[in-house]
Amino acid sequence: MNKTYVEMKNICKTFGVIRANRNVNFSVYEGEIHGLLGENGAGKSTLVNMLSGIYTPDSGSIFIHGEQVNIHSPKHAIELGIGMIHQHFKLIDVLTAAENVLLGHSQSVFISNKSRIKSIQNVMEKYGMEIDLNKRIMDMSVSEKQTVEILKVLYRGSKILILDEPTAVLTPQEIDKLFTVLKNLAETGCAIIIITHKLNEIMSVTDRVTVLRQGETVSTLETRKTNIRELTELMVGKPVNLSIERIHSRKGDLLLSVKGLTALGEHNVPVLDNVTFDLYEGEILGVAGVAGSGQKELCETIAGLYPVEKGDIYFKGENIVGFSPREIIKRGVSMSFIPEDRLGMGLVPSMNMIDNMLLKDYVNQPGITVNRKPAKEKAERVSKRLEIQAPSIYTAIRKLSGGNIQKVLLGREIDANPHLLITAYPVRGLDIGASYNIYDLLKEQKQKGVGILYIGEDLDVLIELCDRIMVLCDGKVTGITGSESITKEGLGLMMAGETLSSIKKGDVVCKS
Amino acid sequence: MIPFLKNAVISGTPLTFAILGAMYNEKAGNLNLGIEGMMLLGAVAGFQVAILTENPILALLAAMIFGALGALIYAFLTVTLRTNQSVTGLALTIFGTGLSRFWGKRLMGTVLPESFSRNFRPVSLPFLSKIPVLGPVFSVFLEQDLFVYLSYLIVILSGIYLYYTRFGLNLRAVGENTAAADASGINVTLYKYVHILIGGALCGLGGAYLSLVYVPSWQDNITSGRGWIAIALVIFTSWSPYRAFWGAFLFGGLDIVGFRIQTLNLPISLNQHFLRMLPYIATILVIIVGAIRKSTSHMPPGNLGNPYFREER
Amino acid sequence: MQIIKREGTSTKQIIMIRLIAIIAAIIVSGIFIVFLGYNPVKVYVNMISGALGSKIRFRATLLEMVPLVITSLGILVAFKMKFWNIGGEGQILMGAFGATYIALFVDWIPKPLVIPVMFIVGFLAGGIWGIIPAFFKANFGANETIMTLMLNYIATQWITYLQYGPWRDPDLKGFAKIANFPDHALLPKVFGIHIGLIISLVLVIIISWFLRRTKRGFEISVVGESVSTARYAGMDISRIIITTMLLSGGLCGITGVIQAAGVNKTLTMNVSSGYGFTAVITTYLSGLRAQRVLIVSFLFAILLQGGSYIQSALQIPQAAADVLQGMILFCALGSEFFVNYKVRFRKNSISSEVK
Repeated sequence: MNKTYVEMKNICKTFGVIRANRNVNFSVYEGEIHGLLGENGAGKSTLVNMLSGIYTPDSGSIFIHGEQVNIHSPKHAIELGIGMIHQHFKLIDVLTAAENVLLGHSQSVFISNKSRIKSIQNVMEKYGMEIDLNKRIMDMSVSEKQTVEILKVLYRGSKILILDEPTAVLTPQEIDKLFTVLKNLAETGCAIIIITHKLNEIMSVTDRVTVLRQGETVSTLETRKTNIRELTELMVGKPVNLSIERIHSRKGDLLLSVKGLTALGEHNVPVLDNVTFDLYEGEILGVAGVAGSGQKELCETIAGLYPVEKGDIYFKGENIVGFSPREIIKRGVSMSFIPEDRLGMGLVPSMNMIDNMLLKDYVNQPGITVNRKPAKEKAERVSKRLEIQAPSIYTAIRKLSGGNIQKVLLGREIDANPHLLITAYPVRGLDIGASYNIYDLLKEQKQKGVGILYIGEDLDVLIELCDRIMVLCDGKVTGITGSESITKEGLGLMMAGETLSSIKKGDVVCKS
Repeated sequence: MIPFLKNAVISGTPLTFAILGAMYNEKAGNLNLGIEGMMLLGAVAGFQVAILTENPILALLAAMIFGALGALIYAFLTVTLRTNQSVTGLALTIFGTGLSRFWGKRLMGTVLPESFSRNFRPVSLPFLSKIPVLGPVFSVFLEQDLFVYLSYLIVILSGIYLYYTRFGLNLRAVGENTAAADASGINVTLYKYVHILIGGALCGLGGAYLSLVYVPSWQDNITSGRGWIAIALVIFTSWSPYRAFWGAFLFGGLDIVGFRIQTLNLPISLNQHFLRMLPYIATILVIIVGAIRKSTSHMPPGNLGNPYFREER
Repeated sequence: MQIIKREGTSTKQIIMIRLIAIIAAIIVSGIFIVFLGYNPVKVYVNMISGALGSKIRFRATLLEMVPLVITSLGILVAFKMKFWNIGGEGQILMGAFGATYIALFVDWIPKPLVIPVMFIVGFLAGGIWGIIPAFFKANFGANETIMTLMLNYIATQWITYLQYGPWRDPDLKGFAKIANFPDHALLPKVFGIHIGLIISLVLVIIISWFLRRTKRGFEISVVGESVSTARYAGMDISRIIITTMLLSGGLCGITGVIQAAGVNKTLTMNVSSGYGFTAVITTYLSGLRAQRVLIVSFLFAILLQGGSYIQSALQIPQAAADVLQGMILFCALGSEFFVNYKVRFRKNSISSEVK
């Protein structure tokens, strides 16, 4: 019987009103590769961050090697033998690989090259890795950098490894190499936790998989006893009828036509890859996808805020690639992107509602002065319509609750009467009443003939609210389907990388 | 020529200490504009203790302690209380300048006792200058006083410390990418405090050299802007201790060459004022070129000037 | 020990915290003063009396206030954009340089127009000195703190060069000095104080209006708060940075004109005498609000003038005022923290057992 290296019992963690983890139970054995699966916001990152010492659980217990522990800092986690390999590498670019591996290590005072490098090389040999230790991080490829991260953790003697979305930036060959290394590591007795949303990877490398949904453990299964369909079902849950009542309106002219859109991200990996789709007046096109599949970049490229590597974006027949954001705004394209921290872009936290309403309008006013009267009227109008709770319209908006901040942003965009409304995660963190308020507003806009690009997380909402749904996975379009002919499961599969055509060929996941 | 070069070394010594002092601050990620203030605190403290005790070691210790005390205020404000680094540094300069001036008022006109100054006469090994070829080089660098030798020692030790010990490695990490250093288990706060204080102590030594050896007496504003030059030169010498020494040597020389040129009556007006501008112009050029080319060997530490907090969601 | 962000501090709390800071500063400085052999009460009382005690002294205080106000307004405009302009000293000097050129070396301007032209040229000269770092920051991301700082010393050396070299007054033997301005280039006085005072008050009103009511002022605030939002709203960040620094440097340049033409009556390297740095502090302490700049500058002027008085009248080193200034700064900076965060002391909580 294999020893249990990690056991987390009834873990709860709350951030303000958000219950990130609720009574989560999770364990990992010696020598196993354990996958952690779940949608955005399911609580995977929060859970492992409690192992790596960044967060502490509100309640529940953690046992490492059978002993209960209270992990209070990254240093402590390292001492316990837990090694975290982050999605965004924590490496120092100007230093060499050897120097990065030795960072923070408490051994002798002097780091004379020969003996240290020899000891690192021993570790590399033991686990079958190859890296030029004297190369600087900035000169390395992504895959090499990741290997250094892993090496760093192994050099400290970590026996519990956590990898957070490790394959996001790797090529297929590099992914194979990584999995070989992981299997070697497992064979030498390490316990490995791998967070990923890619179902085929779960199937190919893990021994067991735990599915989380909305902060709770849904199930822990042995990988060889399950399949992709079952996992998807567990991940997205049963369909819920929300009674949003999609309205049918006449589809108008072609509003937005995106052809072959490609944009590059970190490490020059494409964050949008040959994206092609059309959007018509009077329709809501939903966009589904795991976080980081390119939704943010899609919004920003259309709004002129992100550089386009290849491809064209036609708005009412005009190619707007290369236009300045102001020119795009002038043409009636309105974008409201609600990031996780809500105040990243689009609003100025220390300013009040009136000044935030001014942001896009002020430039159209005559003269050099700013006239706040129309903005005041706008603020009052939006406030009333969306039932925004605020002490007054003169309060700095960072003092408002998250939901109300979102309403301000969305309200401003809708009030501008755009032709194309791009809205990302507009109901993030809002309660039911407020959410329905937003859906009604969007339906209203649709009836007026506005074309809406709706990026959302809740698959039930997407199916009920949108006319068509496009699914993005790692920057590629895996399918565009009518919302009446697809199920949540089907969407989940596409989000995990299956294409629409392969789903249609396979099992019946489409409604008849 | 040789006497000129010897004097260049002497003239550059306070700069050497100040540049290293600024360097330690910046390697830890803190842009400390209070260098001038810390130098002055060290200068006045060293001088006072020298008068009181006639003991060179105590005087130097006093200089280091007072420089470090100034640095401690800065460190507490910027690291723990997360205040704006530039404004805090300026406050330190104003405070340090004011306090040293206030304190120094009663020391003006006092002369250091002979028993004290004796300790800082040039010390050398007599046969060195007789060696062919290298003789002159030795005599420039190795016929100096003990304080200068101390500066050499600190340069060499700094080089070893930064590049051959794990503390130096961790320090460089803290300044480059504080988040990565934190994730590696390095105690960021401790490293910042310690090295800001070391920097302050070194600046204090630089100031003390002026009041105890170079001038040697107390004057208002004895540093006459050397602290600011040091800030410029840290950048110009790319945060490297060895280059810091040569930078100090170069600008120490430029400082005194002004007077010599005037006596030479050269046809071109190689004005000492333009010469004085050089460190600043050079630094601006380094910054501009560095920003344009984003050349990494001459970039400042990645997290320079940014406060660090481990975020709680 | 835990550091928690405050939800929002009431104005009453803020005032309390700042008051405690100032009192702490006065006490700690008092300790230094005692150690150095003086009576702190005597020192403080005389500083205040030296600044406000008589009409002449009050006028002197106002004269100290003027350059602080205008320079602080210049720094404020830049700081609001989170552009750390530490180059006030240099911009003041270049402004004075420009004015001096007009005053002493351009004779074809009709006399009544000389002063207005001096102001315009001074504004432009300071403005250009401010645009140089702005250009490199806007286009290449170069560090503006260092660049503006370096330009200070280049300006100082430039003025020194002029003072000892080509602009040296040949009539004055022995002492290197630039000639005094002719009468028509000196600032006229109103109620015994040169018109710089009026200019400074007018500028407070103008800049306050500018930041609050104009488009550019709005843009500056947005860029300072959130560059990404500014870009999202379509603003041209480069242009905003450069034109704002023109204003910032220009305002400091005006200080230079006023000091040269109103106080020093000529150009020397002491025209800026630290105002560029002190203004950084006053601007910071004023919370970037134009009207507050006036109050804070006035209070600092009391410190400066009081210090000058105790030195000349009582032979107490003026530096005592500097020590107080430094201490007030430290305490004010530290108090910022307590306005935004609370500190709670409690032991590390152990996760409770399974419920």
